[in-house]
Amino acid sequence: MEKNTKKVIIDIKDLKKSFGNQKVLDGITLQLHEEENLVVLGKSGSGKSVLIKCIVNLLEHDEGSIVVGDYELTDINEEDLVEVRKKIGFLFQGAALYDSMTVRENLTFALSRLNKSFSKKEINNKIVEALDNVGLPDSIDKMPSELSGGMKKRIGLARTLVVNPKIILYDEPTTGLDPITSYEISHLINDTKAKFNNASIIITHDINCVKTVADRIVMIKEGTVYKEGNLEEFIKDEDPYIQSFFK
Amino acid sequence: MSKKHHQANKLSLNLSSFIPTLKEKGILFFMDVANVVAYLKIVFRNLFAKRFEFQEFLKQCYQIGNKSVGLISITGIIIGLVLTIQSRPPLVDFGAVAMLPGMVAISIIREMGPVITALICAGKIGSSMGAELGSMRVSEQIDAMEVSNTNPINFLIIPRVLAATVMIPVLTLYADAIGIFGSWLGINIKDSISIKLFLNQAFTQVDFMDIVPAVIKSFFFGAVIGLVGCYKGYNAGRGTESVGIAANSAVVTASLLLIIVDLIAVQVTDLL
Repeated sequence: MEKNTKKVIIDIKDLKKSFGNQKVLDGITLQLHEEENLVVLGKSGSGKSVLIKCIVNLLEHDEGSIVVGDYELTDINEEDLVEVRKKIGFLFQGAALYDSMTVRENLTFALSRLNKSFSKKEINNKIVEALDNVGLPDSIDKMPSELSGGMKKRIGLARTLVVNPKIILYDEPTTGLDPITSYEISHLINDTKAKFNNASIIITHDINCVKTVADRIVMIKEGTVYKEGNLEEFIKDEDPYIQSFFK
Repeated sequence: MSKKHHQANKLSLNLSSFIPTLKEKGILFFMDVANVVAYLKIVFRNLFAKRFEFQEFLKQCYQIGNKSVGLISITGIIIGLVLTIQSRPPLVDFGAVAMLPGMVAISIIREMGPVITALICAGKIGSSMGAELGSMRVSEQIDAMEVSNTNPINFLIIPRVLAATVMIPVLTLYADAIGIFGSWLGINIKDSISIKLFLNQAFTQVDFMDIVPAVIKSFFFGAVIGLVGCYKGYNAGRGTESVGIAANSAVVTASLLLIIVDLIAVQVTDLL
């Protein structure tokens, strides 16, 4: 695998996280570079979602270090955490749209919490632009309950994009979607990267999605990094565990 | 092995399986208590230190009032009617029927109005808070809020707790008024009395100290409903069944606590 010369924007070293007696992450080390799509691959329950939740401090890690930009997350204070979270967008597995708000209000909420100085006109322009980017400009006044699963994911991505993050964390973006919508979402991830030059960590076990979006892959097994490489290296690898994903 | 010996062994086996369960339950209880204390600490710290979500507070006040007013109107009028119809025969026997409006008014203002309103709101609002926040927890909306740099305690919990604390006394006063009106209707089933004379008879016997403690305790009732509903919802588990458990548990716990708070309030009022 060629060495990525771009700047490291997330640096994780020897990360450990347990829930009671159950070790979920047992010494994960990985890096995310600028403008890179890093796919984290692994079985359900292997700790992939826990890993990205630790990156935004939704879960506090037990040991090891996570550095996002210039900020080390261990014992981070509230003001610095705000700065870290401004850099990161998070697309949740079920999109996590606020049920009681329309699409417009969902996006306004994200935007106004980040920067209070935006005028109403600026907010409206940014919302329209974000919805255009995900191909759903007509959904602006709909409630989340009126949207399909794929549309919810797209609106979730629009809510993430509207704040213009440098890093996007995708938690199983294609899970529960039909193959066509999964294909569209995977290409949307690539389009987003091409347009905004952001780096992404994509948590998935959908191999079609991996093949579409991955610049680099990290496979997690039993809380540790099992293999790291590009798509070609994974496909050629004869390890039965790896092949169980790719065949 | 003798039969007696076998029975003794069986008993010790049962006891040994019972004691760890008791121990586990004890540990869980104290963990719950610790969680509640930590939750109250966070809520009270954020109540005074952080920015106040005024829009959300107004929205919650509207929701609480709007959701409960119909039910409270119906219940209030029935309570007034029933109290009057039930109390009338003994008072007629003693020739004290003129005391009926005052007696019913005092019962409603001091006890029935606040307690019935609080219990209805515990069912209606407490369960709704538990289910709404529980569902937000399950669908990761609370996590999404946190990632958007919004403190969920400030945005979700504090406006709901304050709205319940403010609105329950308002609803209580409304329930009192409707209940007293129901009493007037109840008297007019058998007798005939003008509303002016009825109110005059009722309020000559109602003291300022009947109203104030009742209003004060309804503030506490509101706080209990808000705090319990939000606690149960916010700390719901991750599965969908947790939403139902949170809603149910919010109603049961809040109702029990309301009765306990009422008992304490009655004791304190008695000392004054």
